[in-house]
Amino acid sequence: MSLQVPIEFTLNGRSTRVTVPPDMSALAMLRDKFDLTGTKLACGEGECGACTILVDDVSVNSCLMFAVDCDGRQVQTIEGLRTDQGLDPIQHAFVDHGAIQCGFCTPGMIMQAKYLVQKNPAVSRQEIKRNLEGNLCRCTGYRKIVDAIADVASSLNNVDTP
Amino acid sequence: MIEQYAAPISIEEATRVMQESNATVLAGGTDLMLQTESGKQQFGSTLVNIRHINEISGISIGNNRIRIGALTTISEILGSDKLMELVPVLAQTADHFASSQIRNNATVGGNLCNASPAGDMIIPLLLLDAEAELASWSKGGVVTRLVPVAEFFSGPGKTHKRDDELLVAIEFPVPSFGFIAYFRKSGPRPALEISTISIGVAGALEKEALHATRMAIGAAAPIPLRARRVEALLEGKPLHSALISEAADLAADETLPIDDVRATAWYRKHLIRVFTIRLLNDVIASSD
Repeated sequence: MSLQVPIEFTLNGRSTRVTVPPDMSALAMLRDKFDLTGTKLACGEGECGACTILVDDVSVNSCLMFAVDCDGRQVQTIEGLRTDQGLDPIQHAFVDHGAIQCGFCTPGMIMQAKYLVQKNPAVSRQEIKRNLEGNLCRCTGYRKIVDAIADVASSLNNVDTP
Repeated sequence: MIEQYAAPISIEEATRVMQESNATVLAGGTDLMLQTESGKQQFGSTLVNIRHINEISGISIGNNRIRIGALTTISEILGSDKLMELVPVLAQTADHFASSQIRNNATVGGNLCNASPAGDMIIPLLLLDAEAELASWSKGGVVTRLVPVAEFFSGPGKTHKRDDELLVAIEFPVPSFGFIAYFRKSGPRPALEISTISIGVAGALEKEALHATRMAIGAAAPIPLRARRVEALLEGKPLHSALISEAADLAADETLPIDDVRATAWYRKHLIRVFTIRLLNDVIASSD
């Protein structure tokens, strides 16, 4: 039998144990071992960003990450954004702005937006565009996506300002 | 096929494993995943995940030298205030590297060991006269050696690092006052682009002339290279348009680009001329 590696990590806030083949991608693990199919496989080579997840609060392409590299870390997927209070403000903003067309790029877009807004609540429109370079929307609905993220950034700024 | 998985927490532990087995090192994995999936690279018998070796991560400055741990991500280089102050060319290059998500996982050590002739971070490291620190296990202890980045590569995807050696850090002197360095890369899009050519120039600018001139060119030969003949031509001479034009021709002459899916050799030489002129004009503009 081929090698299986036991790993432990926090997945969407819960401690998790799983065994994975050493060459499995984090994306395959999330989809096939945990049934978390919100994280999408599209290009499979780091060009499109549909597989974006947060690892230790940093966005990465899960298709280019080894599942074993999740060991000991905090992993968050699109499924982990929803809380008891409901959807994340970024998810609300995407709905409000009509920033979703076919929806396939949306989980990756939202996870990258989450990373951007967490890192810099005052993120500018230009910075949003630069940092979405690794996320492709083949419906080409970029303007509304940028609008949605900019809206969240500005509302967070208003909350922070006394 | 992978028969064993190791996640060492020290250089000692990692180098022992690498000495005992045919190891494949996993850092960020952004190149390794693509290359093993496509069959371009085969795994060794042991996959060594170096993620948990804290001592090979992070940026430190001491004894007038800058040390960047091999596991430092491109984003960490881009976000380092110290590097931005002392060697802005590293941040400038990191800003053009792939995408946000790849910068967040890809490591500077991985970019070197992948040894692509088009590897972006290699160009500024060549300009900075950086050295790679390699560690291995020998006679019951860790031994290290320093290899200049300019002598690190042996061909496309190949380095002079032995299979039992682990790249632990990159080091270079803190540039002296007045040192300037610029990087440019060419490709049809601004992001997620493998350079058609990349080029950098550095030196101390004084009276419109570069001193201790360094030029590095990527994606234009089997390895990223220092353009020593161009450096000699430019050394200490005022950057007038005739000299810049001569340097551009010499830079194209000093390289050995190939025809591939991204560009023909002819077009790469053309780009090298154009980008040499643009870079030297960047240098002139900085003196105004």
